[in-house]
Amino acid sequence: MYPADYRYTKDHEWIKVEGSLGTIGITDYAQQELGDVVFVELPKVAARIKAGESFGSVESVKAVSDIFSPVSGEIAEINSALVDAPEKINHDPHGAAWLVRIKLDDPKEVSALMDAKAYQTYVDEKAQEQSA
Amino acid sequence: MTTQTTADVRKTALNSTHRRMGAKMVNFGGWDMPLEYSGILSEHEAVRTRAGLFDVSHMGEIEIRGDRALDLVQWVTCNDASKLASGQAHYSGLMTERGTFVDDLLVHKIDDTHYLLCVNAANQDDDFEHIVSHNRFGAQAENAGDRYSQLAIQGPRALEILKRLTTMALGTIRYYHFTFGKVSGVQCLIARTGYTGEDGFEIYFAPEYSEKLWHDLLEAGANEKLVPCGLGARNTLRLEAGMCLYGHEIDAETTPLEAGLGWITKFDKGPFLGSEILAAQKRAGVSRKLVGFEMLDKRIGRDGYPVRISGHEVGRVTSGGPSPTLKKNIGMAYVPPAMSAPGAQIEIGIRGQAVPARIIALPFYKRPR
Repeated sequence: MYPADYRYTKDHEWIKVEGSLGTIGITDYAQQELGDVVFVELPKVAARIKAGESFGSVESVKAVSDIFSPVSGEIAEINSALVDAPEKINHDPHGAAWLVRIKLDDPKEVSALMDAKAYQTYVDEKAQEQSA
Repeated sequence: MTTQTTADVRKTALNSTHRRMGAKMVNFGGWDMPLEYSGILSEHEAVRTRAGLFDVSHMGEIEIRGDRALDLVQWVTCNDASKLASGQAHYSGLMTERGTFVDDLLVHKIDDTHYLLCVNAANQDDDFEHIVSHNRFGAQAENAGDRYSQLAIQGPRALEILKRLTTMALGTIRYYHFTFGKVSGVQCLIARTGYTGEDGFEIYFAPEYSEKLWHDLLEAGANEKLVPCGLGARNTLRLEAGMCLYGHEIDAETTPLEAGLGWITKFDKGPFLGSEILAAQKRAGVSRKLVGFEMLDKRIGRDGYPVRISGHEVGRVTSGGPSPTLKKNIGMAYVPPAMSAPGAQIEIGIRGQAVPARIIALPFYKRPR
């Protein structure tokens, strides 16, 4: 389910690191919780982003969800295809519906995040709390 | 229908069915209810183009009986129930002494000495106490929510689907009328009412038949792709239809005249709770008016966001969100009457930014007839 080469946050973002570049998106669990996504607000290219701070939002019919950056750095690219087709986030959250690419200040920041196995355990616990 | 289980959360008779069928659940006014099944957008579309099935058993029922049942209904509500024929229903407001809303409701006249009120889930106990406290007529009031489940089948194909489960001549039931009869062998009150802006029916029956009717209806509508729906789609559907939701457009601080509900406020029926205050408000003019708006860019003005005109905050969005049918973002809000004309430009404050919007006429959506 959750790609093994990604890292994950407790706020349900994922990051995939290649060299000094990180690709960020929201997880399948996050898109399921949100429901039908109808609007995405992304930062501008070259914007400075700090780890743990909100850099945009994903909105469904019912709710607004801030996106928190897993790392610090500079926005290198945004997925502008999502502006006209935000529903892609529901269909391919770990792939085509990535949100931004960020030039990492410190690639070591990523090692503090959950790996796929830890994240799976984390969301399983969440799901159990909800059905209880 | 109310089954008290854990400390606070109330459940309908279909709660375990919803969970088993994979509904995403939400706490709505203290009730554990389906938010969505297949997704709000697809459920919304199903109701606009085919049909959807809603468990609305959380809604409350209050029955008023006795020789002076009508007198009590007339005193506590603002619409004129003396105009109802047996088998007819209307939309009304349960009024405070100040002419504001204790709740909004449907009043069904069963016969001259028997009225069934359908009220909001979260308000039913308060509504009942309010009615009892103003019952100087010796009518009998019963808080009857426990005795009823309610299902709503809504959409252009609802009539033909429901027809398959009954010998009643459903097509002859006019809008806002009802009859008693069997659906799938179960005795029901069958009302041609709804909260979606589509044709459809709301059926009331004893809770023990909930599971049977739920499944029989879904099976009867399989060819039309009748889908189970949650409260998420119910909200987007009623918003498009410009219908009020208690706690949003109307509450104990708003009057029917402010909410554009002058058509349910009947001064010529004689005095009722708050009627003098409402009559004075009508003479003096309201100081704010409920309007519809559309967003002029892609951003969504949601419940509670500030409404500004020329930089000044004039009110809050009462309900706002995407309109799946009209493919734009819409909402309702209170604004000063002088600024309420369709076409007027307003701004919605969205996370610190003033986003342009335009006032447009209500309802946003009217079904083709």
